[in-house]
Amino acid sequence: MDNTRRKFLKIAGAAALAGIGAPAIVKLTSHTAFASEEAGHAVPVPGETGVHGEAASTGVRVGMVIDMRVFAVQPMLLDQAIAACNKVHNIPHFPDRKNEIKWIWKAPYANVFPEQEVLHKSEMAKTKPFAVLCNHCDNPSCVKACPTKATFVQPENGIVAMDFHRCIGCRFCMAACPYGARSFNWQDPRPFITNYNPDFPTRMRGVVEKCNFCGERLALGLEPACVEACSGTGAMVFGDLNDPDSEIRRVLDKEFTIQRNPAAGTKPSVYYIV
Amino acid sequence: MIEKVLKGKSTYWMWLAVLGTFIAIGAACYVRQYMFGLGLTGMSRDVSWGLYISQFTFLVGVAAGGLMLVLPYYVHDYKAFGRITILGEFLAISALIMCLMFIMADLGQPLRGLNVIFFATPHSMLFWDMCVLWGYLILNCLCGWVILTAERKQVHPPKWIYIFVYISIPFAVSIHTVTAMLYCGLPGRHFWLSAIIAPRFLASAFAAGPSLIVLACLVMRKFADFDAGKEAIQKLTTIIMYAAIINTFFFLLEFFVGYYSEMPGHMHSLEYLFFGLEHDGHVYNNLVPFMWTATAFSFTGLGILAYIKIAKVFDYRLVGTAAALIFFSLWADKGLGFVFGGFVPNPLNEVTEYIPTANELGITLGIWATGFFILTLLYKIAVGVEHEIEA
Repeated sequence: MDNTRRKFLKIAGAAALAGIGAPAIVKLTSHTAFASEEAGHAVPVPGETGVHGEAASTGVRVGMVIDMRVFAVQPMLLDQAIAACNKVHNIPHFPDRKNEIKWIWKAPYANVFPEQEVLHKSEMAKTKPFAVLCNHCDNPSCVKACPTKATFVQPENGIVAMDFHRCIGCRFCMAACPYGARSFNWQDPRPFITNYNPDFPTRMRGVVEKCNFCGERLALGLEPACVEACSGTGAMVFGDLNDPDSEIRRVLDKEFTIQRNPAAGTKPSVYYIV
Repeated sequence: MIEKVLKGKSTYWMWLAVLGTFIAIGAACYVRQYMFGLGLTGMSRDVSWGLYISQFTFLVGVAAGGLMLVLPYYVHDYKAFGRITILGEFLAISALIMCLMFIMADLGQPLRGLNVIFFATPHSMLFWDMCVLWGYLILNCLCGWVILTAERKQVHPPKWIYIFVYISIPFAVSIHTVTAMLYCGLPGRHFWLSAIIAPRFLASAFAAGPSLIVLACLVMRKFADFDAGKEAIQKLTTIIMYAAIINTFFFLLEFFVGYYSEMPGHMHSLEYLFFGLEHDGHVYNNLVPFMWTATAFSFTGLGILAYIKIAKVFDYRLVGTAAALIFFSLWADKGLGFVFGGFVPNPLNEVTEYIPTANELGITLGIWATGFFILTLLYKIAVGVEHEIEA
């Protein structure tokens, strides 16, 4: 990984680390503003990139492009990406659908894009599983709905994060999310974790969780686990949507992409090349 | 006044004992749920709200329905409601207590409930719902108690209380409007994303609340020697009839929008509720019997009320039957179909059906029993004061 990219990832992740309960790291967020100025962006002002703001025109806004053409020819790749996420985030495995906890998972095109379902689909859209994860919307309806700010947009990088210790488990965010990206711990998840990773907190019962764009890894200068699992293939491109020189923007400039249910007005940060 | 709950006939004590049994069962079920988590309910990742939230939604309506007594009596000086207006206020108190208990039962982390106040979030409708529910509860406790005390002393209530009575009128509307806004502002749920939800909620509330009051009046007429008066009951049936007709009209409008536009998202939930939703070769229809029973009850109830009005007959059994039928139909509409139907299909166009568990039903019945227990005590006081004045 080249130096500038590593630096960006660190910027993007600094706040996320604070979000997972390490008070000593909170101070890093002030460096974030400093560093992003250095990187040629305006200083992100907390609040300006908040819930009702237009697309985060200042500061870092992380996003992802999922290139289904790559996943289509490498069927194991998506499974690897999902397995990497599950392992890193201590995601429990429940055998039944009722209790499922999912951060990134597979679903057919018809389920991922029900509003863009057509009768005569390409072979890929008909047969290949698509990757589904939280869209980290710029205008997230889950954040609007949350009565305790337990889910919130990190002004430093646009990640929609969760505070597991503040969540009261009302599940308003689950009703509000137009993408079905959120899971609830209906019971203690810990007995259902197969490989425990001590670097990431496990959750207790009664709280909601979802993909966090690996905020904790970004803080260490690492790519999200799913992106890392696909490294070198171009199946998942992760980066700053507000940086016109970033790799993700180069891909977005070149390729035609679609998003899940854009009519919901939530401004998703995940793009798909189909 | 409170001493009046301590003296009663044996039927009174038997009724309280029955309710007490259900409360005890509910409490035991809640302890189990508290120890294990909400996994003991039938809720799932796809249907993430169940009976608790649906009962809460319905009962907010019952609470708001008290307005149909307060408004005619205090604003239009409709004297016939003089004896029963207090019943509307006391019904609101017990219904709101049930609402708050259902919300607590539904929280994954009930001990963190105060976070809604510590981290008050005005852009969340749940925050405003908490404000208006507590506000309306306090207003009704205050107005009900002060006015009943004055009545007992046979003096006019103090003038300042009318300020709170008049404030409580828009509050009644607001509790159900804000409850509707919990649902109708969510971008991904077509069944709820409709501007008619709040008006429909209010219409159904103004039928459900008075229906329950009519039933309570009939029960108390038989067992507690309390006569609400024929005129008051007749006026209530008129209110119930119009409100139920308006609610039906609003519901049919939803059908028109869905089935004439033929937009899949607008049809799916209605299809699931009334005809069964076919999905991947399987038909999902566990709410269909409830919805058609509710439809039949609703039209039968309206038919009976229309007969009473047109033939100019008055029979307490007919009135009671109509009120019970309409109350059940509105309960099925809002206390089952509205919430569960909204989750089908889920945002990924998948279908999961919700079936409550026995433990969940135990808690639900326990909370209803608690509400009726409180309602019985409050009505005992109100009726006791009436008897004292008459004596």
